Amino acid sequence: MDRWVEMLEIKDLKVAYGRVRAVKGVSFTVEEGQIVCLLGTNGAGKTTTLKTISGLLRAESGEIWFDGRRIDAQPAHEIVGLGLAHSPEGRRIFPRLTVEDNLRLGAFARKDKAGIAKDLQRAYGLFPVLYERRAQPAGTFSGGEQQMLAIGRSLLSHPRLLMLDEPSMGLSPLMMQRIMTTIAELQQEGVTILLVEQNAQAALSLADYGYVLETGVITLENTGRALLSDERVRKAYLGED
Amino acid sequence: MIVLQAMVDGLSLGALYALIAVGYTVVYGIIQLINFAHGEVFMVGAFGSMTVWLLVPGQQLGLWMLPIMLIGGMVASVAIALLMERVAYRPLRNSPRLAPLITAIGVSVFLQEFVRLFYGRIPGFPDAKANVTFPTIEGVTGTAIKLGGLDIDRPTIFTLAALIVCTVFLYLFVNKSRIGRAMQATSQDPDTARLMGINVDRIIMIAFAVGAVLAAIAGTAQGMMNTNINFKMGFIAGLKAFSAAVLGGIGNIWGALVGGLVIGVLESLATQVMPHGSAWKDVWAFVVLILILVFRPQGLLGARVVDRA
Repeated sequence: MDRWVEMLEIKDLKVAYGRVRAVKGVSFTVEEGQIVCLLGTNGAGKTTTLKTISGLLRAESGEIWFDGRRIDAQPAHEIVGLGLAHSPEGRRIFPRLTVEDNLRLGAFARKDKAGIAKDLQRAYGLFPVLYERRAQPAGTFSGGEQQMLAIGRSLLSHPRLLMLDEPSMGLSPLMMQRIMTTIAELQQEGVTILLVEQNAQAALSLADYGYVLETGVITLENTGRALLSDERVRKAYLGED
Repeated sequence: MIVLQAMVDGLSLGALYALIAVGYTVVYGIIQLINFAHGEVFMVGAFGSMTVWLLVPGQQLGLWMLPIMLIGGMVASVAIALLMERVAYRPLRNSPRLAPLITAIGVSVFLQEFVRLFYGRIPGFPDAKANVTFPTIEGVTGTAIKLGGLDIDRPTIFTLAALIVCTVFLYLFVNKSRIGRAMQATSQDPDTARLMGINVDRIIMIAFAVGAVLAAIAGTAQGMMNTNINFKMGFIAGLKAFSAAVLGGIGNIWGALVGGLVIGVLESLATQVMPHGSAWKDVWAFVVLILILVFRPQGLLGARVVDRA
């Protein structure tokens, strides 16, 4: 069975903040097992799109389907339980809770204790620094460590689809490489990934498929490799002229 | 000796303020609302335990009545607190912060007037337009216990014991329970808490309920201390407890407990040791409030050690 199965389907999504419409009719799909990348400049609507999928924002119109189920009317705290995790922009770890408490909160929607313990070990295995400093308040961590914690925390919900918003923001090149390697590893483990990134080079090298979002509409889509060599993408996002 | 006696009395008063102050601080920590109607949650708690006493036939005064009255007070307080959250504050969740604040003052006045006008209309219930005599439960009211020259009032012992039990309970609840961790997460970052699967509406309700349970214990204790209760008892006590919460650092539960005890002892010392001090009884808490707002607005324990890097 080599046929791709659609895991996430967005149909004509429109989202507004007050009177300003940030997403103006976006449609795209993420297929099971893929890494799909959303590219675009600041204000293009990438973060708004992710927040609407995870239920933090409500769509004006359009549909969101996850795993054959329509979720655009469901509250955020129920969506994570369906297997759709969202690691938000800016990491948003809980600074005054310990690393381990942060990780355990990622599993808040779950009841299977054995599974949680296993996923906790998996997160510690991916990022040993989290284990070494598990009793420390998360706010004492550097940006890169906080990003590891944020990803680890998302994994504790045992997601089948993981949405990562700007995971490389503010990280050193070395740390960024580490995060990108982890994303590839997660795909190997069978996690589907929807990635929002400013760093187009790194993101497209990983992505099976990519969409370019400009001021609330998708202007370009193709496989990651094709986008990487697309002249328009190279000019706009890879700093070439 | 007079100083020592004043301190014992102050601890009792302070335990009362501390129990009420937790309600201000827990709610503030989650939704950044100063619930000025929390004094009325305390008042309704006192009337709730009074009501249960009235409903049990034969005007029982045995100590066994105390837990029954406490439960009655808690039920009344929690019901009122959840009702005000649902009806008055939740619809204003995304409004400018001034709107729920003014609403809270409205809820406060409404509840005072409601109790004043309607309590006595229930057949067999005393008129609540003036003081209502509170039952003198055996063991926890009556003659003071002598201890090496000090008079220790029986309600004092109850109030301090209640404070200790509540502190232990709060510590375990906040730090060791799953819901407690979810409360801390919600207070630090509500949107991200939702992404973890936490039902933030439910956490807010739990915050109101926890504050109400402690307020009901305080209301019952106040009834036994003063031997009477009235519809406006929550006004000054609420404002003093609010001052205690600010003193300790609003949003910080342990700060509220410490702040309550400090304000209680200060008030008692100032009242009993200073000449003509008792005329100024209601001044000291607010002197402390003003001083702390000027010199240490984050409160005694309010300093955040670590935040976002």
